[in-house]
Amino acid sequence: MGVARYWREIPHRYNLIGKKCGVCGKVYFPPRSICPDCRRKSAGKMEDYKLKGSGTVESFSIIHVPPPEFEGKSPYAVALIKMDEGCYLTGQIVDCDLKDIHIGMRVEACFRRIQEDGKRGAIYYGYKFRKAE
Amino acid sequence: MADIVGYGAYVPRYRIKVDEIARIWGRDGKSVSSGLYVFEKSVPAMDEDTATISVESARKAVKQSKINPADIGAIYVGSESHPYAVKPTATIVAEAIEATPVLTAADYEFACKAGTAGMQNCIALVESKMIKYGMAIGTDVAQAAPGDALEYTAAAGGSAFIIGRDGIAEINETVSFTTDTPDFWRREGEPYPGHGERFTGEPAYFKHITNAAKMLMEKIGTKPSDYDFAVFHQPNGKFPLRVAKKLGFERKQIEDGLLCPIIGNTYSGSSLLGLSAVLDVAKPGHRIIVVSYGSGAGSDAFDITVKDKIEEVERIGVKKMIESKEYVDYGTYMKFRGEFK
Ligand SMILES: [Zn+2]
Repeated sequence: MGVARYWREIPHRYNLIGKKCGVCGKVYFPPRSICPDCRRKSAGKMEDYKLKGSGTVESFSIIHVPPPEFEGKSPYAVALIKMDEGCYLTGQIVDCDLKDIHIGMRVEACFRRIQEDGKRGAIYYGYKFRKAE
Repeated sequence: MADIVGYGAYVPRYRIKVDEIARIWGRDGKSVSSGLYVFEKSVPAMDEDTATISVESARKAVKQSKINPADIGAIYVGSESHPYAVKPTATIVAEAIEATPVLTAADYEFACKAGTAGMQNCIALVESKMIKYGMAIGTDVAQAAPGDALEYTAAAGGSAFIIGRDGIAEINETVSFTTDTPDFWRREGEPYPGHGERFTGEPAYFKHITNAAKMLMEKIGTKPSDYDFAVFHQPNGKFPLRVAKKLGFERKQIEDGLLCPIIGNTYSGSSLLGLSAVLDVAKPGHRIIVVSYGSGAGSDAFDITVKDKIEEVERIGVKKMIESKEYVDYGTYMKFRGEFK
């Protein structure tokens, strides 16, 4: 993904910092500089907002044939999560038997290794999800 | 001296049984287990490393203490398995708990005692009023060559401690005992450590732990029976039991902090995870002795008194976390370790 982009995205990758519209209160993740509903009225009113990290599985898919950077890691589950704040995130589900993953399952964010630029490159960290206690 | 203001701990969910490892190498699992007094060990998932385990522990410590992470003035991560040779783990932790940018941070390495070395630094910085809070972490995802004796115990886990004032337990005193002893090492660029076989016992582990413990008790005028809990570094389940007996502690004093039989040796995480498990059950007024050991070699000893405030915080539940587990076979273990290339 490139070190510069990773570095820029650290706040949202590590700590789920999104944006909340100061006009309508809607939460956006990844962060947006303008609210698509309130448009110009939201300019300068988008505030940093840290997601609590809990949500519900809306849909998921088990990856058996991964892209090259995830080779050797399959099978793994990628899910669309509806966060409690109302926004949607895509993330891997970890520490869970793939047979147990189901729509409606409660999950919480955790901190994991996402990928690396080969053996000599940078290591990228960020959020994934695990079954909530 | 300074106080422990909060603690956190993390042990990966996966386990492999000593029996399963023994099966692959044609050894009798029962006799290996009873020889080491270790039955299973934790296994990190493919996407877990010293940075992720440190972050999970650090976040729990911050949540428990309810402090503002921006008030943390120092973070030290002790490990012998930092993900990078050059590039600190401590900055990843600092960013992930939102302690940046006004703080000092560094990675420490002293085999299995780098976490307690960090704790001593935090105590000194708090005592000297250079910082308000410091965080010391001990974490490892230990490496062992397939088939090596260490493979039965080399495990993963970590624990984070926030040091400051007005906390849940006071650190009354700390002392260290250090010599140059080549009992265990890993050369730069080598994936697995080497060790001095029999040499790892008497002149290394036992000598340093007993000296540090005795020095500490002499300095403050305590005896083993004054302590409700004792935690000694746990390279296997046997050594801490033996060193406890040698020093005059009873088995009941070390049982709550003895995790190695069920998670293996978490190296830099070992003694701090033991202390976390003890703080989970400790009551105000309880006295704890902790003695770490790092090959190479040295021991840090701490005398701790639990304060009333411990009743106000939510305990971490280290034992409960350990009980939530899933077993893997040797093939899966190798896949997780990335041994198939
Ligand atoms: Zn809006």
